Amino acid sequence: MNSLSDTAMILMILSDLALLGMGVLGMHIRIIAVQGWVLGAFTLLVQHAHLTPRVAAIALVSVAVKGALYPYLLRRSVQESEAVRESKPYVGYNTSVTAGLVMVIISLWLGVRLPFAAAVDTPLVVASSLVTMFTGLALAVTRRKALTQCIGYIVFENGIYIFGMAIVGEIPMLVELGLLLDAFVAVLVMGVAIYRINRQFDHMDADELRSLRG
Amino acid sequence: MEGTVGRGCAGPVGGRQRVSERAVGGGKPGAAMRVESVINIALALTLAPLMQGVINRVKALFAGRTGQPLLQPYFDLSRLLRKSAVFSTTTSWVFRAGPMVGLGCVLVALCVLPFAGVPSVFGFGADLILLVYLFALMRFFTVAAALDTGSAFEGMGASREVLFSALSEPALLLCLLYLARTTGSLSLSDMLAQPSAITPSLILVLVALGIVYLCENARIPFDDPNTHLELTMIHEVMVLDHSGPDFAFIQYSAALKLWILGALIVGMAVPIPPALPWWLNHALYLAGMFALSVVVGMVESTMARLRLNRVPQLLVAACALSGLAFVLVLR
Repeated sequence: MNSLSDTAMILMILSDLALLGMGVLGMHIRIIAVQGWVLGAFTLLVQHAHLTPRVAAIALVSVAVKGALYPYLLRRSVQESEAVRESKPYVGYNTSVTAGLVMVIISLWLGVRLPFAAAVDTPLVVASSLVTMFTGLALAVTRRKALTQCIGYIVFENGIYIFGMAIVGEIPMLVELGLLLDAFVAVLVMGVAIYRINRQFDHMDADELRSLRG
Repeated sequence: MEGTVGRGCAGPVGGRQRVSERAVGGGKPGAAMRVESVINIALALTLAPLMQGVINRVKALFAGRTGQPLLQPYFDLSRLLRKSAVFSTTTSWVFRAGPMVGLGCVLVALCVLPFAGVPSVFGFGADLILLVYLFALMRFFTVAAALDTGSAFEGMGASREVLFSALSEPALLLCLLYLARTTGSLSLSDMLAQPSAITPSLILVLVALGIVYLCENARIPFDDPNTHLELTMIHEVMVLDHSGPDFAFIQYSAALKLWILGALIVGMAVPIPPALPWWLNHALYLAGMFALSVVVGMVESTMARLRLNRVPQLLVAACALSGLAFVLVLR
């Protein structure tokens, strides 16, 4: 594969590590937007040999939704909740980054060995998709704020997107749109939920939700 | 701590290895090369304080001041050398040994440092390890001298210095390992002699090395070289009690350390076009060093010092960047 899409994948891994190592919500949202743009460019790069209007449409939709719409919605919920940064994650930032680095090593190892690797031109794609999925999972599990958990969900979806784009080649448009719609609904629901939680409890710390139990 | 002392013993072992190495690969470096290597050391010895001068000048320009003369670090050194040293009665020989061992370490490090594509004077098989451990030995003695004064303030600085170096050392080693992996050699002279292609992973390594550079030399996001008696400082607090020639030694070794690590960065970032006359190569590298000092000056003028508990985060980021680059070339 050309070095440009390699660069895109390295950018994805770097942005994942940055997500793991940072706690400022505004920064998270910015990184999500960057990931959306990188994914759009990656779609075009990986399919540049047979560039159909369909592929272009997928790239365009993913940039529009992930690079513009999600960040807009998320930023609005941040403004509503007046939260600036993640407070006391369950796993510290430095530990998270180290875990992410270990995950990079494991996924590169896996990327070379998994049977479908022959279909992919570079193991870096598989590796970065696995790392992105892991990052999404880690964000959803180890952070307290509902917003960061929602961001984790989007990052997880990004990982699946890379995987599908690289392994299956042309994923059926319908599947991709379905995925996008899922994530979109998740963001909307999260937005509403964050608003509700915030109004009810003056914060959006998901850990405190257990006080709802009767 | 004993381990650090033990590491210092790598010197003589390395020396033996060097002799055999030279016997094996004796045909490669010609007599002319040796002269240029010695010229490189002379260049470093004379121009290293100038780098600090350039950094200070850039900072002054950014702040809208005229700034001190470019040669001010030299004036400071000569002034300090003419003074006499004052030793507290509570200190022992460890306190007096600190500055001298530090200067000795950087001088030896200078001997294994290639510059402008010219191999080093004493380069041998795995001198990159020696380079890292020489800095560790220098730090150990600076810390020991600081602890020897018995001042609580200096002990605090020593503790911080050790904490941060424990995080910056892996990053530095990973950067050097990356270089070793891409060039297939463990000798600094070979590693920096080959022109390196600009790849994404090289940029990662350069960024990581830049962070390490600022941390190791106690520059601004980590430490402020200009402040004294402030609770957030790290390196300056450890050398508060040194005076006269001892302090001049410390200042001079700091300047040389700035030069040595800078030469590493410039050596990786500047691709050497083959078949250039040696003086043009040198001009290219000196321009690179000048550009590096300007960049450091700009970083120092535009950034504020990090909060102390955020410093490890930045160093972990440097480790992550260099580790990622290393993993990328490892596959």
